[in-house]
Amino acid sequence: MDTPTRRKGEWVVALAGNPNVGKSTVFNALTGLHQHTGNWSGKTVGCAGGECRVGDNPFSLIDLPGCYSLLSHSAEEEEARDMLCRDLVDLVVVVCDATCLERNLNLALQIREISPRTVLCINLMDEAKKRRITIDTALLSARLEMPVIGICARRKKDIRTLCDRIVSTCEANRRERSESLYPDYIADAQKELLSVLAPTLGETAAAFTALRLLDGTCTDCPACLSTDEREKVQNILTAFLDAGHTPENTADAMATALVTAAEEICRGAVICGEVRQKGRIDRILTGRWTAFPVMLLFLMLLFWITIVGANYPSSALSALFTAGEAPFLAFLTHIGLPAFLCEMLVYGMYRVLSWVTAVMLPPMAIFFPLFTLLEDVGYLPRIAYNLDRCFQRCRSCGKQALTMCMGFGCNAAGVVGCRIIDSPRERQIAILTNNFVPCNGRFPLLIAMSSMFFLGTSDVASSLGGALFLAAAVVFSVAITLAVSALLSRTILRGVPSSFTLELPPYRRPAIGSVLVRSMLDRTIFVLGRAISVAAPAGILIWLLSNTHVEGVSLFAHLTGMLDPMGRVFGMDGVILLAFILGFPANETVIPIMMMGYMGGGTLVEYESLHSLRTLLTANGWTPLTAVCVILFSLMHWPCSTTMLTIRKETGSLSLTALAFFLPTVCGLLCCAVVNAIGCLIS
Amino acid sequence: MNTFIHMNALSPGQRGTVTDIRHTGEMRRRLQDIGLIRGTPVECVGRSPLGDPAAYRIRGAVIALRDRDTALIGITPSSPWD
Repeated sequence: MDTPTRRKGEWVVALAGNPNVGKSTVFNALTGLHQHTGNWSGKTVGCAGGECRVGDNPFSLIDLPGCYSLLSHSAEEEEARDMLCRDLVDLVVVVCDATCLERNLNLALQIREISPRTVLCINLMDEAKKRRITIDTALLSARLEMPVIGICARRKKDIRTLCDRIVSTCEANRRERSESLYPDYIADAQKELLSVLAPTLGETAAAFTALRLLDGTCTDCPACLSTDEREKVQNILTAFLDAGHTPENTADAMATALVTAAEEICRGAVICGEVRQKGRIDRILTGRWTAFPVMLLFLMLLFWITIVGANYPSSALSALFTAGEAPFLAFLTHIGLPAFLCEMLVYGMYRVLSWVTAVMLPPMAIFFPLFTLLEDVGYLPRIAYNLDRCFQRCRSCGKQALTMCMGFGCNAAGVVGCRIIDSPRERQIAILTNNFVPCNGRFPLLIAMSSMFFLGTSDVASSLGGALFLAAAVVFSVAITLAVSALLSRTILRGVPSSFTLELPPYRRPAIGSVLVRSMLDRTIFVLGRAISVAAPAGILIWLLSNTHVEGVSLFAHLTGMLDPMGRVFGMDGVILLAFILGFPANETVIPIMMMGYMGGGTLVEYESLHSLRTLLTANGWTPLTAVCVILFSLMHWPCSTTMLTIRKETGSLSLTALAFFLPTVCGLLCCAVVNAIGCLIS
Repeated sequence: MNTFIHMNALSPGQRGTVTDIRHTGEMRRRLQDIGLIRGTPVECVGRSPLGDPAAYRIRGAVIALRDRDTALIGITPSSPWD
């Protein structure tokens, strides 16, 4: 996001908190924005900014990525810390989970040390009540010396109270720095450092830097200090070390002090009434014999509902678009556009657009809400937990399973999500392999191919088969991901697996209504919008290619002719290869381009039914073997343009971006060549 | 008398208290962040289906840790009648 700037008379408020405490929900409630929320750690990647207004007071609100502490580990935690340490933020709202308050206080105490004003917002009070946990907010507030508000972010009334508290705290003066939690020898050195650093760095950054100089996280003096100040800092540190305090011991003492302080603050203020739940659900979802069958079952169910549910709206939409075509053409002619332009817009742009919409919108509108539901309940971290052993064998991080799940929606989102992985080596592996998981844009092709050539196209049995097929494709892609990860960590990204901690949040009942609205608005419309904005120019380009004739043959035909011999080696043909190449901006356009190529008339056929498509394809020499190769290549080829750009941005390396391009492509071509050779031998 | 074991030897349902952490650097920090220091009570709540990461309840939250990491953490198991 852009660096937030302070406008006149505006307060800058930051939301901080452990991962998965409902920070995004609080943020949305405060701003009315719809940032996507989910029940797993690391949902918010990058800071989100928003505006909100309470009475006459304008606020600039920053939603920081979740972090356990300010002692940075992963890229996103660093981002949160950097934002907090700038003297820009007037007030930090630390959002805590009521069911796990003591642990959450660790971060709150760290923030209290450096921030001028802090408000503690205890979310999920309803959840705590259900588990018979009582929280005495008044007592906590007195002990912490800061306002403490218990809320349930889904309720409007609580948000109002929170807003009022934010305003009154902002208007109050800066809080006096509270008594240090640390042993005296640390507190004294801290005070000395602070007096040297504060004039140059500002209060907040000085408080943070002082602690980090002592615990050895930060070894160099900040560059902006004068020579004189530097010398003073060095002297203080030397005296500290000479007294026998090593950075390691200091770090330990600080951590212990924080944990003990949190313990003492909670004593008597947080009372757990009942023995905790025994995790009966987890015994099934992560049980030794049940975990994997249940995972497969969920996967199949997800696809089955999507396929069955999408059938009717898809054909209804395509009928609607077909009906709209003639009036659109008439309208364009009517306003006096030349015939050439009219045809380009209608047969090029309009047809590709309507194909993409009719085929993509219904499955997305079903798949995304279902997937969001699983996410909201808290199932995704369990998938990572179940699969971690496999990733460990491949010397990569179990959290890669989470980024793979994000890849089902969109590979670009999956690549960004890789920020939750701490170790740079493991993050690069996750980024490079994310594209092996089929994204939503590739599902239509997979479904169409499987139902045309292997399953039939009409009844319930075939849709069940389709779901089975898709699930098999996903299992295959996970296997390939693991194999490639293993290969990478034994060759160019060599290394041993780093340490790994993964929180398994309690299951929560999802708010079904808001899941529907959110996933429709945030994901479906967003992804569709992007696909459309890419498909429109692509449609025009394809039309131009097929209608520009050189020596009596269209450019499109020239190109397919050139690619044809190469395509044959891999069990495909020139048209298919060209369709994949032209589909680089968006995978969704691969099938329409293919159809256009086979029609040869230079215009895209209307999408009538899979049956007519099948007739068209078989007339052009397709066999089931071709379909298998196309499916394989669709699973393994270069990432789409958006994903490529994202990879470039996330890795900051051109060679890794190139690798991300060639790795899946080479795998795909190899697989296709082998399958084709075997297929030819058999038949 | 209670004996000293490594954390990965805790079986599901068994509790104990951390007596020794032999991690250094980044992982030590991570563990401190989640509140795992000397004296912290832990409970093993389950093992993943393939056996390796195990889930532990640490200060109210359930955290999955790999065996190679928990092998460096010393535990005094609680007696069953505690």
